[in-house]
Amino acid sequence: MKKEFKVISQIIKKNKRVLDIGCGDGTLMEYLKQNQQNDVRGLEPKKNLVQKCIARGLPVIEGDAEKELIQFPKKSFDYAVLSQTLQAFINPEEVLNQLLRIGKQTIVTIPNFGYWKIRMHLLFKGTMPITKNIPYEWYNTPNLHMCTIQDFVNFCNNKNIKIDKSMCLTNEKISEITTKNVRYKNIFSQLGIFLIE
Amino acid sequence: MPGLAGFFLFDMNSETKNIKKLIIDQSLELDCGKVIKKFPLAYETYGTLNNKKNNAVLAFHALTGDQFVTGTNPITKREGWWSFAVGPGKAIDTNKYFVICANVLGGCMGSFGPKEINPETKKIFSTTFPVITIKDMVKAQKFLLDHLEIKKLLAVVGGSMGGMQVLQFTSMYPDMACSSIPIACSASHSAQNIALNELGRQAIMADPNWKKENLLPDKGLAVARMAAHITYLSKQGLQEKFGRKLQDKGSLKFSFDADFQIESYLRYQGATFVDRFDANSYLYITRAMDYFDLQKQFNGNLSLAFKKTKSKFFVISFSSDWLYPTSENKEIVIALNACGANVGFVEINSEKGHDSFLLNVPEFLKTLSEFLNSIYNEINNEKRI
Repeated sequence: MKKEFKVISQIIKKNKRVLDIGCGDGTLMEYLKQNQQNDVRGLEPKKNLVQKCIARGLPVIEGDAEKELIQFPKKSFDYAVLSQTLQAFINPEEVLNQLLRIGKQTIVTIPNFGYWKIRMHLLFKGTMPITKNIPYEWYNTPNLHMCTIQDFVNFCNNKNIKIDKSMCLTNEKISEITTKNVRYKNIFSQLGIFLIE
Repeated sequence: MPGLAGFFLFDMNSETKNIKKLIIDQSLELDCGKVIKKFPLAYETYGTLNNKKNNAVLAFHALTGDQFVTGTNPITKREGWWSFAVGPGKAIDTNKYFVICANVLGGCMGSFGPKEINPETKKIFSTTFPVITIKDMVKAQKFLLDHLEIKKLLAVVGGSMGGMQVLQFTSMYPDMACSSIPIACSASHSAQNIALNELGRQAIMADPNWKKENLLPDKGLAVARMAAHITYLSKQGLQEKFGRKLQDKGSLKFSFDADFQIESYLRYQGATFVDRFDANSYLYITRAMDYFDLQKQFNGNLSLAFKKTKSKFFVISFSSDWLYPTSENKEIVIALNACGANVGFVEINSEKGHDSFLLNVPEFLKTLSEFLNSIYNEINNEKRI
């Protein structure tokens, strides 16, 4: 299991209800269900991945978060998890509002567009950055709204979203983001992980 | 079992002799208010019930189905209606699961229906048979489960009207099924579907033979079947299979013979249907479908129907099904999510229309198989701990 999921699973407390949006093949859900007795549900737009989840005995609904989240009642989950997908939505703000409504707490992870390699790529090559985490060309990328860790922190502050926990990942190494080090982390981290409400 | 007379093989009707029938000795109050008692419920089972009695799957059949799910139907000599899905090594693997299916109340394959003889008048019930509902059908099948001494089912599964029975069953017996698989169905019959059913009923009633003693409204029933059959397919499926191809001829004949293959196909569907189905059963069962409105049973809030259930739901729809479209299946999913139930959902890509659930649609069969398997493994792992 990738490090990001390990960090997410450590944030999630045992026996809680979790909605995994864009759950993929169900790796995180399966881990949470088996090791932390979490009551998990998934939402995934790709049929082949939904079927993988079903085969693993995971309750997954085929659907697009931008259309489907509205059906879940207010605070019906302890955690709503959105891993590296926020930037791919047409309206990320609305999706985030829905997550905050459904989950008592929400875990959002974002690929950090402020990472130094990305900055260097654009600065020196003058082309849209392609990295291990963001491997797409400009013309086929699903990522419509890339943001940086700083952007996300600013967004939360502006919208009065409470950040309960903020962490970042750099080459599998996990560290905390604080108000003091956020500028630094915004340069040296590949991924931001936020627990918000 | 207290109150149940047990299981009989009896010779009441030469056509349906030697088929398994349970005579239900308890009285059943129907939704229409009438009470029926000592009535037959014909059923069939496949596979073996294990010692733990935890591998039973109750399959509900659709409008024109019967208890003979797979293998050769002993009455019609045709393949069982769900032969693609049920059988040894298939999605609902009879080497592993014990599959039970009963002919619905109102049916014509040995269960209590309009074709049976009214013991009071010694005449065939015909349209004096009480109007039955999906709920009545499900209640009748619960007697069968009691008779088989099955307290917990691995799964309840069914497509179309079978799916409606799944929903009704789980709402009435929330703890009885570990999993519930409603396929290509709806929680309340749409106006379009009521309209289509009414079309079929009117075709039967317009046949001059209808209600005449010793005569069968075969023409009306055949037309009803032809109309219904179109609704089970999709425009794309029809176009791909038939297009404008002509039937055994090089050019149009400028007559009303079946020039086109699609016409010939529909006529064949109608003609063979009347050999195996009773026109009055068609009236009664379509009526039961029309009356189905689970939402209304729970004061307009469908999620209340599933509030108490611990059953794991898996809702399946098909992309080209316009009779029970994905949107209607999704309403079930939404209601289940609203009450926090355990639910999975997938829409299977298929151009075969509503009939997809009966046909060889590998993606569907694989998903069904894997879901059931996961439930089976989960139950058996739990027991081991």
